[in-house]
Amino acid sequence: YAWDANEEYLFKAMVAFAMRRYSSKSATQISNVLLCNVTDRVSFWFVVTDSSKNVTTVPGSEVEAAIRMNRNRINNAFLLSDKTLQFLKITSTLSPPVEPSTPVWLIVFGVVLCLIVAGIVFLIVSGIQKHRKKNKESTERENLEEKVEVTLENGIPCEALDLKAGHINGVFAADDDRFTSL
Amino acid sequence: LSATPETPKEDGRPKWDNKFQYILSCIGFAVGLGNVWRFPYLCQIHGGGAFLIPYFIALLFEGIPLLHLELALGQCLRKGSIGAWNTISPYLGGVGVGSWMVSVLVSLYYNTVLTWVMWYFINSFQEPLPWSVCPLNENRTGFNEECYESTAVNYFWYRKTLNITPDIAESGTFQWWLILCLAACWAIVYLCTIRGIETTGKAIYVTAIFPYLVLTIFLIQGLTLPGATEGLIYLFTPNLNTLKNPRVWLDAATQIFFSLSLAFGGLIAFASYNPTKNDCEKDAVTVAIVNSMTSLYASIPVFSVLGFKATTAYWDCLDRNIINIINEFDLPEESIMRQNYTTWISFLNSSYPEKIAGLKLKSCDLQEFLDQSVSGTGLAFIVFTQAIILMPGSQAWAILFFIMLFSLGLSSMFGNIEGVFTPLLELQIIPKSAPKELLSGIICLISFLIALCFTLGSGSYWIDIFDRYAGSVPLLVIAFFEVIGVVYIYKIKRFSKDVEWMTGRKLNLFWQITWRFISPLLLLIVFMAFVTLQMQKPPSYTAWNPKYEGFPMKEEKVYPPWVQAICVLLAALPCVCVPLVALFHLVKQKHRSKEPSLVPPEVSFCQGTNS
Repeated sequence: YAWDANEEYLFKAMVAFAMRRYSSKSATQISNVLLCNVTDRVSFWFVVTDSSKNVTTVPGSEVEAAIRMNRNRINNAFLLSDKTLQFLKITSTLSPPVEPSTPVWLIVFGVVLCLIVAGIVFLIVSGIQKHRKKNKESTERENLEEKVEVTLENGIPCEALDLKAGHINGVFAADDDRFTSL
Repeated sequence: LSATPETPKEDGRPKWDNKFQYILSCIGFAVGLGNVWRFPYLCQIHGGGAFLIPYFIALLFEGIPLLHLELALGQCLRKGSIGAWNTISPYLGGVGVGSWMVSVLVSLYYNTVLTWVMWYFINSFQEPLPWSVCPLNENRTGFNEECYESTAVNYFWYRKTLNITPDIAESGTFQWWLILCLAACWAIVYLCTIRGIETTGKAIYVTAIFPYLVLTIFLIQGLTLPGATEGLIYLFTPNLNTLKNPRVWLDAATQIFFSLSLAFGGLIAFASYNPTKNDCEKDAVTVAIVNSMTSLYASIPVFSVLGFKATTAYWDCLDRNIINIINEFDLPEESIMRQNYTTWISFLNSSYPEKIAGLKLKSCDLQEFLDQSVSGTGLAFIVFTQAIILMPGSQAWAILFFIMLFSLGLSSMFGNIEGVFTPLLELQIIPKSAPKELLSGIICLISFLIALCFTLGSGSYWIDIFDRYAGSVPLLVIAFFEVIGVVYIYKIKRFSKDVEWMTGRKLNLFWQITWRFISPLLLLIVFMAFVTLQMQKPPSYTAWNPKYEGFPMKEEKVYPPWVQAICVLLAALPCVCVPLVALFHLVKQKHRSKEPSLVPPEVSFCQGTNS
C-alpha cells in the first residue's frame, strides 16, 4: 500500500494509543503526535507533546517504553513486522523459540532405536530357531540311521528273512483279506 | 563355464545369493562419503575439468590393476586377508595382519562420522531447523554471543553437536547425545552384519542403491536453483596450468587409491565368498568405473548447490549494501535493485564520495563466494546445511540428504567390518559351535566401547588424526607389499595361470605390465611424495576457540609431542606388522633348522584348494 496522509493519521493514532495504554493517561490526543522530516523512503521523526504540561515533549524514554509495550499492535496495524517497521533505538525483545517438553530429536531417536532393536531381536530369534531345527533334523537323521543299523545287527538281516527263507502259511495265504476292502 | 554340472562345494563357506549382490557390495564399499565430499573439492581446487586427466590416468594405472589383483586373490584363495596371505607365504602373513589392523582402526572412527550424520538426521524433523536460528542469550536481549559472531550453522555444528574444546589436550566431557547416537549406529551395523554376508547381502540392496536415487533427486532440484549454472561452470572450467603442479598428480593418485578402498582386506573378503570360476577381471573394471562415474555424478548436484549458496550470499551482500545506501540517502524503496546496483554505486561515488566511504560498504564479489571451498565434514555439516535452509521445504531436503550420507557410509562400513570379521572367523577366535552372531556382537560391542573416546569434547580432533594417519600411509605400504608379494613371491606366472583358470581367458598383457612394473613404481612414488609432503611442516590442526582474537576464524595450533607420538604409532603399527611377522617366521624356521622354503612348490592354490 502507498504511504499517504491517511497512513500518517493511523500512525499518529497508534502512537497516541500506545501512550494512553502505557501511562494510562487518557489525555493524549492525535494532535499531540507530531511528525517531521517525512521522506520518500518513508522515514520520519516524531515527537509526542504533553498538552497538560504546557506543550513540552514527553521524554524519549517514556515514548520508547510505550512503543515497546505495544509493538505488536503497532506492527499489526500496518501489516508489518519488527524487521519492516523499524524504530531506531528501540531494539525488540526477541521471543524465545517454542520448546516442546521433550526435544523432538529424542522422539525420533526413540523410534529409530525401537526399530533397530526389533530387527536385531527378530534376527537373533530366527537364527536360534534355525539352529534348533538344524540340530533336531541332524539328531533325527542320526536316530533313523541307528534304527536301520539295529535291524541289521540283530543277527539275522531282515531282508534275508524276507527273500530267502520264508514259508508261506497256507491258512493265511488263501485269505483274500490281505487287502483291506474299500 | 564347464558344460558338466559342477558339484556344489561342500566346504560350508557362505556364498553370495547372486552375482549382483557381490558387485553391489563391492561398489557400496568403494562408493563412500569421500565420493561426495572429497572428489568435488579436489576438482574445484585443482583446476576443474583439468583434474580429470590425472584422475583417469591414476585410475587406469593404479586403481584398476590393484583392484583386479585383490579380487582375483580373494576369489582364488577363498580366505579372508590374514588367511589368504598366510597361504601365499607365511612370511607375507604380516600383510594380512596389517590390513586387518587398518580395517579395525578405520571402522572405529568411520562409524563416529556416521554418528554425526545420524544426529543431524534426527534433528531434521523440526520446524525451524535447529541450525538455522541462533539461540537467545540469558537475558533474551540478543543472540548467543558465540553464535552471533560466527553463524548459526557453525554454532550448531561446533557447540550443539560436538561441544568442541579449544584444544586437543583438553578432553572435555562425554557428550551424552553423541553416545546415544553412537550406540544406535553400532546397533545398526550389528543388525546388518549379524550373520556376515547373509545379512549384509540383503541390506546392500537398499544402502547401495538408495544414494543414487537421492543424488538424482538432488541433481534435478539443484539444477533448478538460481546460481546453479555458475557453480557448475566454476567446477568444470578446465585450467590446464594446474597440471604443472605435482601436488595435483599426488592428490589424484591418493584419491583414486582411497576411494576404491584398496588394501583394507574387505575386498579380498568379499571376493572370497565367490565361486572360483568367476570373471574377476570384468568385476574389477566394472567396480572401478562405477566408482569414478559416481564421483563425477555426485559432484554435479554438490556444485549446483554450492553455486546456489554462493549466489544467495552474493545477493544478501548486495541487499545489505542497498539498504545501507537507501537509508543514508533517503531514497525511495526499490529505487536501487540488484541489476542497477553498479550504475548507482558509480554515480553515487562520483557525486558523494565521502558519504559512500563513510558507509563502509563490503565489496560483493561472486567469485569470492565461489572460491570458499570446503571439503570433508565442513562441506556436509556446515556449507550444505546452510544451503538447505535456503531451499523451500528444507526439512525434506535435510532428511533426504542425511539418509543418503548415512547409506553411503553404512555400505562402506559393511566392507570395513567384513575385513575385520572374516579373518577372525577363519582364525576361529570363538569355538566353531558358537554362532556367528556372537562374534559379530563381540566385534560391535568392543568397537562401540573404544569409539566412546570420540564422543569426548576433543573427539573430532582425534578423528582427524585417525583419518590423516591411520587411513592413509599404512594403506599405501600394504598395497605395495601386496603387489610385490603376488608378483615376485607367489610369482606372476603362477598367478596369471590362476586368473586364466578363473576367468576362462588368457591374461591380457596390460595386467602383466601394470602388475609387474607400473603399479609398484607408482605406489612407491606416491608413498615417498606423500611422506615428504607430510614431513615438510610440523603437523598442525585448526581449533575452534571462541576466545581467540581472530574468531570466527579457526586457530592454527601444533600438536603436542604426545599426540605426535600417537600419530606416528597409528601410521607405523600396521606397516610394522609386515616385517615383524616375516621376522617371526624366519626365527621359527631357524629354530626348526629346516630348509627355509620361501617359495612354496609349483602348485597353484586356486585349483589345488578346491574347497
